[in-house]
Amino acid sequence: MSPLTTAAASALDTGDTAWLLAASALVLLMAPGLALFYGGMVRSKSVLNMIMMSFGTLAAVAVLWAVVGYSLAFGDDLGLGLLGDPTQYFGLGQLLAEDSNGDSTVPLILFAMFQGLFCVITGALVSGAIADRARFGAWIVFVSVWTLVVYAPIAHWIFDFSSGDHVGGWMANDLGVIDFAGGTAVEICSGASGLALALVLGRRIGFGKDPMRPHNLTLVMLGAGLLWFGWFGFNAGSALGANHTAAVVFTTTLLAGAAGSAGWLLVERLRDGHATSLGAASGLVSGLVAITPSCGSLSPMGSLAMGVAAGIICALAVGLKYRFGYDDSLDVVGVHLVGGLVGTLGIGLIATAAAPTGVDGLFYGGGLDQLGRQALGAGAVLLYAFVVSGIIGLVVDRLMGFRIDEEHEINGIDLVVHAETAYDLHATAGSRSGSTGLLQATRETNREEGVR
Amino acid sequence: MKLVTAVIKPHKWEDTRAALEAVGVTGMTVSEVSGYGRQKGHTEVYRGAEYDIALVPKIRIEIVVDDGDSAAVVEAICKAAQTGKIGDGKVWVASVDSVVRVRTGDRDEAAI
Repeated sequence: MSPLTTAAASALDTGDTAWLLAASALVLLMAPGLALFYGGMVRSKSVLNMIMMSFGTLAAVAVLWAVVGYSLAFGDDLGLGLLGDPTQYFGLGQLLAEDSNGDSTVPLILFAMFQGLFCVITGALVSGAIADRARFGAWIVFVSVWTLVVYAPIAHWIFDFSSGDHVGGWMANDLGVIDFAGGTAVEICSGASGLALALVLGRRIGFGKDPMRPHNLTLVMLGAGLLWFGWFGFNAGSALGANHTAAVVFTTTLLAGAAGSAGWLLVERLRDGHATSLGAASGLVSGLVAITPSCGSLSPMGSLAMGVAAGIICALAVGLKYRFGYDDSLDVVGVHLVGGLVGTLGIGLIATAAAPTGVDGLFYGGGLDQLGRQALGAGAVLLYAFVVSGIIGLVVDRLMGFRIDEEHEINGIDLVVHAETAYDLHATAGSRSGSTGLLQATRETNREEGVR
Repeated sequence: MKLVTAVIKPHKWEDTRAALEAVGVTGMTVSEVSGYGRQKGHTEVYRGAEYDIALVPKIRIEIVVDDGDSAAVVEAICKAAQTGKIGDGKVWVASVDSVVRVRTGDRDEAAI
């Protein structure tokens, strides 16, 4: 086949494809970035488990996505816009041949991987709500079922646009919700799922009494930086092309992250007297969360307003867990659920038709129409993710037990679940006499209790 | 021989060490410890929530001295480590039966 006939047979664009390849790798980087961000925030006795919940999610979700997850999300609609056809792209072999791309400017198999990595990071985000206390096996079972039953349907609703013969999901096509890169499917979904799991597992021992300060804020800052870097792939990659929209989205993503950090630090400085590094990291993530759905809908100044609003509101929202008594350990609810709502609903207020999505919000004379659509979409995702994740969590807890024993939680989950310790800093580390004896003690307890 | 043990505020450690050298103390063992006394810890604000923290970080100094030197050593520590505020710490003195220098086998006063 000559190059000329290849070009005629395919609408693939090399620039678009190159950008999506790079963007997908950036989204992958968010998983280890999140692992460090979360890992630094827990106590030193559970950092490995926290990191492993992200890496384990990567392993489980990527496999399931390729087998059937992508097809459930992006296959032809089975009816009512609720779920894709699981057989259409089962195993992804249907996307091997170049002519499977139709008139897409990027290869669909690459699009499938890009979307799969969204599912990975969303699942990994949930784990922050149940730090220090979840059995690893139970978590993997949960996140696997969750991928197929919670994430894939929601991705179908919001990300699967109808085109040609293909029929997509109800929120994207019928309701007309604007969600550029996943304020609903990623942020609200992870926050609501995290809240449900935090309620299923219950509070950590000492919650509300011990501050449980982050054990390593340098890891947190490094993780936040990697997340921000990856977020450019996440948001600007969602333009699915190397084009003007991607450039606008890149701009709003940078500005909202910076403004979010500033907003959070301002609250801390005024309320507590200190601007903390954890606040800077949490604030930039809050701004990025809020700009995720709205990155294609705002002016640059609009994205600053969005970022600073999210930074301030999320900084106040992380205190809710103490008032209501749920142990959302690393503030998945306060940052991702609340920030996701700020961003998704904020589109209805400050979207401008001059931006790529071309819709005016309330403050730009667009009336309440778009705000209503946004609220309905956000509410539907919140409710579905919360209820179904809660049910999966309860079933997993009933069948295999989701939480580790009290003694193990106090000794540290790293030793019990992974037989490792993150930091062995003594001069005698690694020698026969250098052991702390904890691992041995844990094994003995396990033997007595018949735990493997 | 006496074992002088002092628990002091961490930021007073350098002053205390200098004062001890000035009265002729040539060596000591120092550890970072935590504890609480009558001040009963303190409160900390973390992410907008306030917590009672029982343990306060301290420096513990241990020195073995001749019987006749212990009073001067205790006085030097008290003078150097005092801020007058709550939580300045404590110094106590205990009798020591014997001391051996590991390298030479020197005993008691010769080993100090």
